[in-house]
Amino acid sequence: MVTLTINGNEHKVEAEADMPLLWALRDLVGLTGTKFGCGMAQCGACTVLLDGAPVRSCQTLVGDIGNAKVTTIEGLTGKVAETVQTVWADLDVPQCGYCQSGQIMSATDLLANNPKPTDDDIDAAMTGNLCRCATYHRIRAGIHEAAKRLEA
Amino acid sequence: MMIPKLMQSLVLPVAKTQASRRQFMLGALAAGGGVALGYHILASSPAAASDSAADGNKAAVFTPYLTIDSDGKVMVLSSQFEMGQGSYNGIATLVAEELDADWSSIDVRGVAGNVKAYGNVAFGGTIQGTGGSTSMVTSWERYRKAGAAARAMLVAAAASEWGVQPAEIIVENGVLTHPSGKTGGFGVFAAKAAAMPVPTDVKLKQPGDWKLIGNAKLKRFDSARKTNGTEQYTIDVKLPGMLTAVMIHPPMFGAKVKSFDAAAARSVKGVVDVVETPRGIAVVGEHMWAAIKGREAVKVVWDETAAEKRSTPELMSIYKDLAAKAPAAIARKDGDIDAGFAAAAKVIEASFEFPYLAHSAMEPLNAVARKNDDGTLEIWGGHQFPDVYQTLASQIVGTTPDKVRLHVMKTGGSFGRRAVFDGDVVVEAVHIAKAIGFRAPVKVQWTREDDMRAGRYRPSYVHKLKAGIDGDGKLVAWSDHVVGQSIMSKTAFEGMVQNGVDPTSVEGASNLPYAIPNQTVGLTTTEVGVPVLWWRSVGSTHTAFAAEAFIDEVAEAAGRDPIEYRLSMLEPQSRHAVVLKLAAEKAEWTKPLPENRFRGVAVAESFGSVVAQIAEVSTDGSGSIKVERVIAAVDCGLAVNPDQVRAQVEGGIGFGLGAILGEEITLTAGKVDQGNFDVYSPLRIDAMPVVEVHILASTNPPSGIGEPGVPPIGPAVANAVYKALGKRIRVMPFTKTLNA
Repeated sequence: MVTLTINGNEHKVEAEADMPLLWALRDLVGLTGTKFGCGMAQCGACTVLLDGAPVRSCQTLVGDIGNAKVTTIEGLTGKVAETVQTVWADLDVPQCGYCQSGQIMSATDLLANNPKPTDDDIDAAMTGNLCRCATYHRIRAGIHEAAKRLEA
Repeated sequence: MMIPKLMQSLVLPVAKTQASRRQFMLGALAAGGGVALGYHILASSPAAASDSAADGNKAAVFTPYLTIDSDGKVMVLSSQFEMGQGSYNGIATLVAEELDADWSSIDVRGVAGNVKAYGNVAFGGTIQGTGGSTSMVTSWERYRKAGAAARAMLVAAAASEWGVQPAEIIVENGVLTHPSGKTGGFGVFAAKAAAMPVPTDVKLKQPGDWKLIGNAKLKRFDSARKTNGTEQYTIDVKLPGMLTAVMIHPPMFGAKVKSFDAAAARSVKGVVDVVETPRGIAVVGEHMWAAIKGREAVKVVWDETAAEKRSTPELMSIYKDLAAKAPAAIARKDGDIDAGFAAAAKVIEASFEFPYLAHSAMEPLNAVARKNDDGTLEIWGGHQFPDVYQTLASQIVGTTPDKVRLHVMKTGGSFGRRAVFDGDVVVEAVHIAKAIGFRAPVKVQWTREDDMRAGRYRPSYVHKLKAGIDGDGKLVAWSDHVVGQSIMSKTAFEGMVQNGVDPTSVEGASNLPYAIPNQTVGLTTTEVGVPVLWWRSVGSTHTAFAAEAFIDEVAEAAGRDPIEYRLSMLEPQSRHAVVLKLAAEKAEWTKPLPENRFRGVAVAESFGSVVAQIAEVSTDGSGSIKVERVIAAVDCGLAVNPDQVRAQVEGGIGFGLGAILGEEITLTAGKVDQGNFDVYSPLRIDAMPVVEVHILASTNPPSGIGEPGVPPIGPAVANAVYKALGKRIRVMPFTKTLNA
């Protein structure tokens, strides 16, 4: 039994210490917004925030989390995140949408740390998030637009 | 996204000439009988009647195509599967336009199990399926008429309620009003309207009256739920008591289980069972992690007698030898090719090599199966060919297809991968559920490695091209010999293979638009034990590359500008010429580029649409290249959702670019070398160019758009790379030439 703080709530889960957070979130807690894509931190679909910093939940073991606070797409709040989500819908960024929880996690973290990212900054921050629909053109536009709205 | 345009004309003749085979293969798929071309089908709605339960009791069934509930919420029932390409949005647009619905009240759900209503018109109507970029083609009349019929029924209900003439009622944004001041939303009249007779004929709006169709500002109805984690995919299905299974597939294609030892696996915490299925061993767990850990503990001995054991270099060597010989079959023959070459002032030749490619949709394949107490079976999945899966599943459990209910889930991509005739992952789910005695619902979930190594790749091909030009540089002879596996032979579509030619092997080559008096397209089909499949834009993934890269070589040999040379072989008003000229204008083709920037062009027709692209690449002096900008000009007939047309072309460019720059599946002694994204490299954001999409205004009915953005990008970039580096790219992926 492990206790995890997810989106501000404590959850007791029947998980061995070596279970990746991804599967604990999806299969034990029932938060399915975090997606499985590769299982080896190559695609970013499973990105969540751990004490505010993005991690790949497929490579983050439940036993290593301790008291750190987990934030998933379902619990993402704040002006930056909400702006990113609104812009994503306004620009119709998603196609299949499967990778977008991870994209939004990474984009939110980027904008929280760098309010006016350049194209190169965006490429550097987002290159770990694969999108097989290749919505990259709009992801880039979405981040710039969110930066603009947040500045206003 | 994958059935070739040719099928539209081929399905019916084939059905006639090979009726017995098709009946045997497709069996009960066509049990409903007739072809769903007609509007009369609106009047019968068995599937919608049973499906309406899923929308809650308050939903009133109008036709097999939509329900409206008492809150006025319109649920469009889509015959076309949604994998990201926006077909749900397109179909919703058609319905909402004619219904005069409130766009914010629209939702869409996938449906199956009524081929009369949902058969794909582009495939002849006898099978439901999503592919060949046909979603708008098959839906264009059907769903507009469904919307118009429902509108007429609502008006009739309101007229009767209010005691007024139907013609006096105005419908706007989901509200009916009468000049007397009477007003009411769809929800108020839904139940009464659904009981009204379905009109036998309806008048569709004139294009000038459209508010939604062609509206570039219309937003997708489903974007918000894709930004907050609430969109539900097959991987998210959770049923009471559900178990999760992972597969152990044979390590080589064609190998079979000889024996296995699951003792250690059974002792792994959370592992519930380990069972054998016809497709491999399944480890069933309480959750995914238990199944994965259990899998590591299973020992399997494989019978590799019948396995494909060759390696990629050996296969490519065989392909190249075959390409140098005469083709086994002829797909196109114009004029006299030998005389054409004999008379040519100059002859040039080139060979192009294409590897296997994995679809690698972001959501690894999965399906969920549950058998109910009443003997019915339910399957949740990305049912791209639902009738096929319904039939296959019914055979496994020994029931009839009507006892199999499919829940058509949205999926995280597909690119053709979920349209398989053997039902692969769907069949696995049913087999596993059966093997555990149907004691619990089972989700089978492939890992990335399972997904990448299970085959069903874009086939590997070699093209041998030869061109002859006369003294004026005019192209007088052209031959293209395609060598590779057939996608359709030995499937239910085998009848499509005529005279040894699988149209999906040569589409894009056999319909080259250029006026060349002597032309031959040949095909030699290879037999390799690697399962292959349609992969976004199918044959044009390689044919368009070979043809459009080679045309550039010919243009150079003729001393001509690549666009001017292409135009010289096209009718000035042809669709190809028009999009080429539009792309050239938008890219300012004749203006010089900044230093270290180079352009390349390509044009290709696929799935009824024609797309020209001009790629601009830059070099950094080290021999590497970056694609900076792509200008696309698109003729896809009428653009139902212009912004989604743009999105599909942007995404198609990224998808195609990733493939030619770095994707490759290779075999070593029969085993697939790549298992995950560390070594199989789709495009990432840092390699995504700026994309500009220009859509030609058109009054023609919509043609395909999910795939046609893909074919031109490879050759356009290859042609630009030649300008930049002086290297011709003839072996995919580009890394083989650029890093050489």
